[in-house]
Amino acid sequence: MSCRKRCKREIFKFAQYLFRLITGSLNNDSVEDELELSAVRHRPEGLEQLEAQTRFSRKELQILYRGFKNECPSGIVNEETFKEIYAQFFPQGDATTYAHFLFNAFDTDHNGSVSFEDFVMGLSILLRGTVQEKLNWAFNLYDINKDGFITKEEMLDIMKAIYDMMGKCTYPVLREEAPRQHVEVFFQKMDKNKDGVVTIDEFIDCCQNDENIMRSMHLFENVL
Amino acid sequence: MAAGVAAWLPFARAAAIGWMPIANCPMPVAPRDNSRKQDELIILNVSGRRFQTWRTTLDRYPDTLLGSTEKDFFYNEETKEFFFDRDPDAFRSILNFYRTGKLHYPRHECISAYDEELIFFGIIPEIIGDCCYEEYKDRKRENLERLQDDQEENKDIKLPNMNFRETMWRAFENPHTSTMALVFYYVTGFFIAVSVITNVVETVPCGSTANHKDMPCGERYTVAFFCMDTACVMIFTVEYLMRLFAAPSRYRFMRSVMSIIDVVAILPYYIGLVMTNNEDVSGAFVTLRVFRVFRIFKFSRHSQGLRILGYTLKSCASELGFLLFSLTMAIIIFATVMFYAEKGSSSSKFTSIPASFWYTIVTMTTLGYGDMVPKTIAGKIFGSICSLSGVLVIALPVPVIVSNFSRIYHQNQRADKRRAQKKARLARIRISKSGSANAFLQSKRNGLLSELLELTGKEEDEQKLLKSPSLLETQHHHLLHCLEKTTAHEFVDEQLYEHNCLETALQTYRSSSPAIPDSPVTTCCGRRRERNHDEANTTLPCSHLVPSHQDPLLELSAFQMQRCDLRSHHASRSKLNLRTNDRISCKSGRITTAIISLPTPPALTPDGDSLHGPTLRRAPLPSGHQAATAGLQITTGSCSSNIVKVSAL
Repeated sequence: MSCRKRCKREIFKFAQYLFRLITGSLNNDSVEDELELSAVRHRPEGLEQLEAQTRFSRKELQILYRGFKNECPSGIVNEETFKEIYAQFFPQGDATTYAHFLFNAFDTDHNGSVSFEDFVMGLSILLRGTVQEKLNWAFNLYDINKDGFITKEEMLDIMKAIYDMMGKCTYPVLREEAPRQHVEVFFQKMDKNKDGVVTIDEFIDCCQNDENIMRSMHLFENVL
Repeated sequence: MAAGVAAWLPFARAAAIGWMPIANCPMPVAPRDNSRKQDELIILNVSGRRFQTWRTTLDRYPDTLLGSTEKDFFYNEETKEFFFDRDPDAFRSILNFYRTGKLHYPRHECISAYDEELIFFGIIPEIIGDCCYEEYKDRKRENLERLQDDQEENKDIKLPNMNFRETMWRAFENPHTSTMALVFYYVTGFFIAVSVITNVVETVPCGSTANHKDMPCGERYTVAFFCMDTACVMIFTVEYLMRLFAAPSRYRFMRSVMSIIDVVAILPYYIGLVMTNNEDVSGAFVTLRVFRVFRIFKFSRHSQGLRILGYTLKSCASELGFLLFSLTMAIIIFATVMFYAEKGSSSSKFTSIPASFWYTIVTMTTLGYGDMVPKTIAGKIFGSICSLSGVLVIALPVPVIVSNFSRIYHQNQRADKRRAQKKARLARIRISKSGSANAFLQSKRNGLLSELLELTGKEEDEQKLLKSPSLLETQHHHLLHCLEKTTAHEFVDEQLYEHNCLETALQTYRSSSPAIPDSPVTTCCGRRRERNHDEANTTLPCSHLVPSHQDPLLELSAFQMQRCDLRSHHASRSKLNLRTNDRISCKSGRITTAIISLPTPPALTPDGDSLHGPTLRRAPLPSGHQAATAGLQITTGSCSSNIVKVSAL
């Protein structure tokens, strides 16, 4: 806007202010201009559709939804809330970084918020999915930039985030190199062709050959 | 559509028959109502209180929870009703909204609780009816202000990496953050006071010298006063420049009130320096000195009360403006009237209307100096009307200002009180947090204990002794356990951690272990069995073990938890510092336990069992198997005052 116009506008505003000052109607301005946009509300799809899209029964969906809505009455979780909720489970450490990665893994459409559908789809994979799907999900979690490869840096970030959750008071005392060492071990195991990245096939292959991992995939099936 | 209107829709549609004869084109097909079921009663069970309403009532607002399919998530098949675990009192007003179309805000309800209910049921608060909207908005604003106050206090938290500039700015804004800042604060305050006092004393007549009559001190001791002034201005200039440097946004800082006051306070001095030699403008120079008195406003950084006053005046700007305006109107009216009334009298002081202004002001504010008095009868009558109305006009806006001041002052009081309580609150929150962390550690030990119990086969009665945690707790602990496994590190509590740090430092000194039958150093699975614990095995009633678990058990700092490959649970072998080895062996036949309990600060809920009277803070030694050993050695550990080291044989 040109300088003249701006000056004119300023003068006009000042004159208005003076006028309002004199006639005592100044306060009308401050009447809630801040229209706090009522929080974005989200309504999930119907029970039938969700039943069809996920592997949960009706009752389970009901239980899940009630819990979800209790925590987030507006129907969606944004990252801050998610971090706060997650941090409550790990009082000793700092869970925010890991919660960030977790949030990105759940927020499949990357719109910055997790709706009930996202939440339930994720859970459906994690609790009722095949081993393949679960491994897929885990790979997706580790692959921060979603390019199909896990690099050492990405893995290091994830590892540091996990170690952060342990907090300070651990036994043995947590050393700086512990995450890095763990990443080395991981890559040694997973990276078959030693090209410095782990692809999804390498990952799934390797996991399927590992007893412990396969057993642990079934660990949380009875969560609900 | 509002509720009331919906009921009239059939009528409007029927009345559309009136258009049919006029219309030239065929009408569109009417929508069929496929779901032609009977209007049914819906039961809404809110925390036990049953509300019933028609389905169509709820369907009026399809973008809310109750009006959409979202309520199916809350449908209870067995009882065929919708169950909501919410507050039934607040639900009343929500259901009334569906019935009447108007949402009311019940005054006794807490604003944030009500807001939450609204969000839960998907109703936007903007549709609160006019009768209740104002109240709602007021309460909401108050609440927001309160929350903002809380957030502002968090500014005190020191951010980890602040560069020099940010530290300085923070020191300026909150003097109590560091000692330097406090010193600076007091020094500037002192100099402001000195400057103001010198300004005042300068004009006091100082006693006469020989040839001149009474001179003000300023002219007598010119040099002294000049030096004082210079010193003060130096300090103010340096302070201003430092603030300017440290400000995060210099432009905004320069526009702020306090910085303008600073500039106005120091500028006259510099102008005076420049202008000393020019005689013509020295008159103006003298007037500039008046501005030095603005230094007193610099005190507002130091005084909370002044700031409140200033803030009040600012927020009452409109009332003050109105007061001024109405006074001006009244003054002009009465001045004119008095002038014309007194025009007739001969030696009247009311020479012109502006001259009457003085009289009017003095009369309206009930000062009444008496230098101008009306002499004619008409003048006296109007003069009395003037003074009566003056009282009224001034008295009206004043209560508004007073109430504003009171509100702001109380807000400030509240902020101070909250700040004082904050420390206690934070401490309590920290304790509860560490409580939950300790709960996990406790459950780990309980886990070990229950294994032991399985060993000894005395499960039945002993199981009862252990506090059985809720399902939620066990699941949470399992989660933490998984994290431990993932990272191959364990959670320990602070004291243990600190001692471990110390331990690792002392590792090198540990060459000579004192004479103990068993060497203290064991490898992971080299379980040592104590010979004489055979009887411990059999005679070990759980009671011996439990006391240790009764108090919040803190393993001795010398415990070293080591992993045993053989088991999926970890075996904690405790190894006391240089002295004993008491370990809870993993599924071995021998159980050697010396369990030391330390007094722990956060009080966990004690186990319910009442077996153990001896709540000695010292180790309630399992009497059975420690009997043979050497005594108790009590040494003070590095972190807690009674670490008990027991030498068991």
